[in-house]
Amino acid sequence: MRAVDAIMECLKAEGVDVVFGYPGGANLPTYDAFVDAGIHHVLVRHEAGAGHAAEGYAKATGKVGVAFGTSGPGATNLVTPIMDAMMDSVPVVFFTGQVRTELLGTDGFQEADTIGLTMPAVKHSFLITDPRELPRTIHEAFHIAGTGRPGPVVIDLPQDLSKVDIPYEPITDVHLPGYQPRTTGNQKQIRQAARALASARRPVIYAGGGVVLGNASEELRALVREGGFPITCTLMGLGAYPAPDPQWLGMLGMHGTRAANYAMDEADLICAIGARFDDRITGKLSEFAPRAKFIHIDVDPAEISKNIPAHIPIVGDAKQILPRLTDEYRALEADRPRLDAWWQRIRTWQERHPLAYEPAQDGGIKPQSVIEAIYTVTGGEAIICSDVGQHQMWSAQYYHYPEPRRWINSGGLGTMGFGLPAAIGAQMGDPERTTVVVTGDGSIQMNIQELATIRQENLPVKVVVLNNGYLGMVRQWQELFWQERYSHVEMNTYGGEDAFPDFVKLADAYGIRGLRLTNAETLEDDLRAAFAAEGPAFIDVRVTRNEKVYPMIAPGEAARDMVG
Amino acid sequence: MVDTNELLSLDELEAAGNIRTGRKHVLSILVENKPGVLTRVSGLFTRRGFNIDTLSVGPTDDERVSRITLTLDGALHPIDQVVKQLHKLVNVLKIKDLEPTETVARELALFKVSVDGPTRSEIRELAEVFRGKVVDIGKRSIIVEITGERSKIEAFERLVRPYGLVEMIRTGEVAISRGRDET
Ligand SMILES: Cc1ncc(C[n+]2csc(CCOP(=O)(O)OP(=O)(O)O)c2C)c(N)n1
Repeated sequence: MRAVDAIMECLKAEGVDVVFGYPGGANLPTYDAFVDAGIHHVLVRHEAGAGHAAEGYAKATGKVGVAFGTSGPGATNLVTPIMDAMMDSVPVVFFTGQVRTELLGTDGFQEADTIGLTMPAVKHSFLITDPRELPRTIHEAFHIAGTGRPGPVVIDLPQDLSKVDIPYEPITDVHLPGYQPRTTGNQKQIRQAARALASARRPVIYAGGGVVLGNASEELRALVREGGFPITCTLMGLGAYPAPDPQWLGMLGMHGTRAANYAMDEADLICAIGARFDDRITGKLSEFAPRAKFIHIDVDPAEISKNIPAHIPIVGDAKQILPRLTDEYRALEADRPRLDAWWQRIRTWQERHPLAYEPAQDGGIKPQSVIEAIYTVTGGEAIICSDVGQHQMWSAQYYHYPEPRRWINSGGLGTMGFGLPAAIGAQMGDPERTTVVVTGDGSIQMNIQELATIRQENLPVKVVVLNNGYLGMVRQWQELFWQERYSHVEMNTYGGEDAFPDFVKLADAYGIRGLRLTNAETLEDDLRAAFAAEGPAFIDVRVTRNEKVYPMIAPGEAARDMVG
Repeated sequence: MVDTNELLSLDELEAAGNIRTGRKHVLSILVENKPGVLTRVSGLFTRRGFNIDTLSVGPTDDERVSRITLTLDGALHPIDQVVKQLHKLVNVLKIKDLEPTETVARELALFKVSVDGPTRSEIRELAEVFRGKVVDIGKRSIIVEITGERSKIEAFERLVRPYGLVEMIRTGEVAISRGRDET
């Protein structure tokens, strides 16, 4: 059969039911194969949308996402989502078209060195030189993307090779001698970790996105409850442990709670699980958790001792390791009251410094209150896809995620324009659940064309713009760290008072119901009505303009010097 | 609170970063013999900000496998990080950070030295002492091939430089561990 038809067979064999993409000359043969393939192909409006949608799908479902783009400009438009997937360890296979082999390296029309351009941003990549290798390559690409520490894999396919007639046979084995992720964890180290946990007086469990990726949330909960430990999660780990919960300290890091950051600061033992000590977590490295010993559980050995030397390293899959750690811990019959003083100290911080904000004086809508209203209206059951900026941090702080895979954001790369397309993928992956995009007036304009995709697929995605007329997060930094020299952060200075563009009209142009909310009194009811109505909605909420995200650890500062 | 407008001094920058040097490391890396693998390896060094000192690549007794010998300077911690990051490359099969005392390392160098009548024989004598080989003699220059440890090659260089070194080329080290174990 044609190589491109074999691609479709391979995708079906991998259990793929939906893909996201954009056609062009170099992948025309592939698009021809889509006609009869019986695979749901979603036509996005920009290749970045395809990549982020595939990420959203993967993050919501735990399956491998798939995105297609043509050569040259199509492939370069995929570079951002590829890097984004790398930073957040999202399993996505990207298929890029390439010019015909005889044109390779000649600066041919729409030629770009996709393998070269993406090399620092991929987990692995393949340039197809022999079309007979396609079935094996695709199977191995899915295997690499989805196992170990997940990540993006690129398959670059020259146009001429995609039309060749090849024998197709399903591939089920993998032959990758250089790729053997370790998953089981060393029993001796697990025992050591259990002992350390049993003797610690001020322990903290610090869980990251790896717990979500590894589907180890249940196992994490069991350990935390068995030990009565305080737990905090990273931005990527939200939902790995249910919030609110008595043992939950809230998120940690730059905009985390004081309780979480102070607990890390005073801890004598920190057990990091699927978390990588990112600089947004540690602040000033030399002053991070100065009294603590570290247990570090991660499937990627390169993460262990990368930023913080681990005293007890455990390489492996959290889902396999955590139950054994819990068993070992239980067997030690550690006494619970040893943690009483520690909990008392934590409770004092929690009482003294709850997450809070000042209500608006002038009847304006506070952005934080919008997140709280979304939480109430959805009963905490929605998938929240955020963009990047202040609204992202408020979505992390004021929506309490009860389960993993309900919080989808671009954590590592911080990509504005991520939220809307990611919601397309998430909604398709989990169609029964309400999917909400929380975005800013800046971020939404980075991939707003995907409203067309939402209309075309008739997806009931609810878009909520926290419209402050600013690149709010940048404004916040200019206010705090650049002496209020506001340089190019105001986004609606055209035409006087009213914000522009007129998002309601814009939504209307895309055939999506748009509405504007300006009344704090009716905010919750308005949102409830908008969410209850069938189909997509685009909700422009005019919020108070100068709000800041607090608390905050200023860059380069230590946790105990939090402000706000 | 930090004042972002404050200029960082270069010293502070150095103190904050990983600009450290430690002992020299010789990494022996077995990789799949496939296109682009060397780019992946060297690209990883670029991205992580490491400076490769020397690099040599060649086939092994197994045609599917090539060996990269790579030397670099670095403090222990970053080297550990480099090795772990290299391990993540799908085409990398095996890495060994060779212990200097347990390793046989060799480099090959060609020296083109300018000569006149009398100095020609001086250079030939020098080459002999270093067990080098004279591989070309011209009217005004002579080419000597030296194989050996780095220190030997560097010593030879110091000796012939005053004569007028027209050109010199070094391959970078290749290394293999002593004893029966495979590298
Ligand atoms: C593609 C991209 N460009 C620039 C940035 C830098 N950046 C981070 S937050 C931000 C402002 C976001 O503004 P908006 O989407 O309106 O959200 P707000 O902070 O106002 O909630 C910018 C420009 C980024 N993260 N991504």
